Amino acid sequence: MLLHAPTTTFGLRPDLAAIAHNVMPGSRVLDIGCGDGSLMEVLETHKGCDARGMELDGTLVERCVARGLSVVQGDANTDLANYPDKAFDYAILSQTLQTATRPDLMLDELLRVGRRAFVSFPNFAHWRTRAALMFGGRMPVTRALPVSWYETDNIHHVTVEDFRDLARLKGARIERACFFSGGKQIGAPAANWRAEFAVFELSR
Amino acid sequence: MGGGLPQFARPMNAAPISPVYHLTHPLPLDSGQVLEGAEIAYETYGILAPDAANAVLVCHALTGDQYLASPHPITGKPGWWERMVGPGKPIDTDRHFVICANVIGSCMGSTGPASPDPGAADGQPYAMRFPVITIRDMVRGLVALLDGLGIARLHAVVGGSMGGMQALSLAANWPERAARVLVIAATARHSAQNIAFHEVGRQAIMADPAWAQGHYYECDAKPDNGLAVARMAAHITYLSEAGLTEKFGRRLQDRPDGTKGAKSFGFDADFQVESYLRYQGSGFTRRFDANSYLYITRAMDYFDIAEEFADIPGGGKLADAFVGTQARFCIVSFDTDWLYPTAESRHVVHALNAAGAKVSFVELSAPHGHDSFLLEHDQLDRVVKGFID
Repeated sequence: MLLHAPTTTFGLRPDLAAIAHNVMPGSRVLDIGCGDGSLMEVLETHKGCDARGMELDGTLVERCVARGLSVVQGDANTDLANYPDKAFDYAILSQTLQTATRPDLMLDELLRVGRRAFVSFPNFAHWRTRAALMFGGRMPVTRALPVSWYETDNIHHVTVEDFRDLARLKGARIERACFFSGGKQIGAPAANWRAEFAVFELSR
Repeated sequence: MGGGLPQFARPMNAAPISPVYHLTHPLPLDSGQVLEGAEIAYETYGILAPDAANAVLVCHALTGDQYLASPHPITGKPGWWERMVGPGKPIDTDRHFVICANVIGSCMGSTGPASPDPGAADGQPYAMRFPVITIRDMVRGLVALLDGLGIARLHAVVGGSMGGMQALSLAANWPERAARVLVIAATARHSAQNIAFHEVGRQAIMADPAWAQGHYYECDAKPDNGLAVARMAAHITYLSEAGLTEKFGRRLQDRPDGTKGAKSFGFDADFQVESYLRYQGSGFTRRFDANSYLYITRAMDYFDIAEEFADIPGGGKLADAFVGTQARFCIVSFDTDWLYPTAESRHVVHALNAAGAKVSFVELSAPHGHDSFLLEHDQLDRVVKGFID
């Protein structure tokens, strides 16, 4: 089932806009890797959510605090352990899974602290990435993956199909999903070829 | 005085000194004793809104006082957090009514060991008859002051170091009294290392013959040497190794006669760092009472919020202290603070997360160790302003 297409982007990145649009109003949300808090602010302002954030970069945390958001400087690889089970209605992990030390364990933690989870990531099987590797013979540098292999934070590249497999392995149910290419939402067919970014909503 | 109205008066000693609130009831203490006729000296900045909703309480550190943003009457130096508190500053006195009170046990106008003991027939100071107090007792005094000022709920309580401990204690024990809780470079419990350094300081004071079992108030000689050594040892814990190296290195101090510094092959202050510590120590004795130093360090050593909540069913975890709190918290640590290191702040943050509290946490980078919270730091300013506004 597809996630509802956002009717407004709230000025957010497309994957975040899709998440913002599909979070139930008034819910408790943990945004892991919340960056400058843009999504949290939209969730608090427009959806009446109680949003909390976790972010590794102290400069970004400071910006969040200055916006009046509740954000903890911490490492999602280790610090999720401090939250009680099902403390949140949603745990959100946007474009961070591929930077995790152990994405499989992080997925477990997401579904432990949240009743549901939203996960977005760049799809390594997008045709541009495949072409770059196949014809260029080098690690792809594309608009979705703009950083060279030696300095990227992405240490566990993942494809749409890999993620579906991981969810199955972890006993997570894929509630909904949506896919983006060129900043626009695209349909599910052949998403593993066509999607630059994917957003999944999971439960367990 | 009937009706529980606050009584305000000025003490009779030194001229430019703070207003004093006379508690209308005996102050119960954690030890089981009570403090009769306690007084709390305080300063305020800004104007209290008609609905009393704009009050910010700033709690001071071990050797701090109520002179937060106004000159110190003894040293003449600017207030200890003048860079943070004032018109247009991060804690903006154009918008907020800022209160800072001398804690009980201290010596800048609030009741402490140097105050006259009402139980003594001769009106002598308490000295060591003063009851041992806790951080929670200090906060109990502050809450009484807030009652006297007609402030039911603070916009924010703010504190660094021991001030942060008071802020946490207020949030844990009087959760309805503050909407925001800002804790900087602090801890929820004193560690063995913290206690150890304080014990060095206390032993230095008590080993000074002039301490005279605490009864030095009538004497010409005060335990200044012991108090100065205590301050010197403590001062080291407020700085980072890198900060000390940068500031002093192994540089030698110029001689008093103006000649270039050289090793004296004796025990003068050859090194600049020695000279600096001696200066810090002796300067401190001019403004602080040795017995107050004993009592306040004791209060800090006894501090362990989780332990305070160990008696409730299933209690004893720090999170139990904050269950159900509606306050927003902001916890700040500094990466070079080895007195109350980031791990201690994280411990508080994890407890607040477990309690479901709204909490922000940031570890700031600063070269100067624990004292960084008092020094110039743009990022700290932005965090404080963002959180308080």
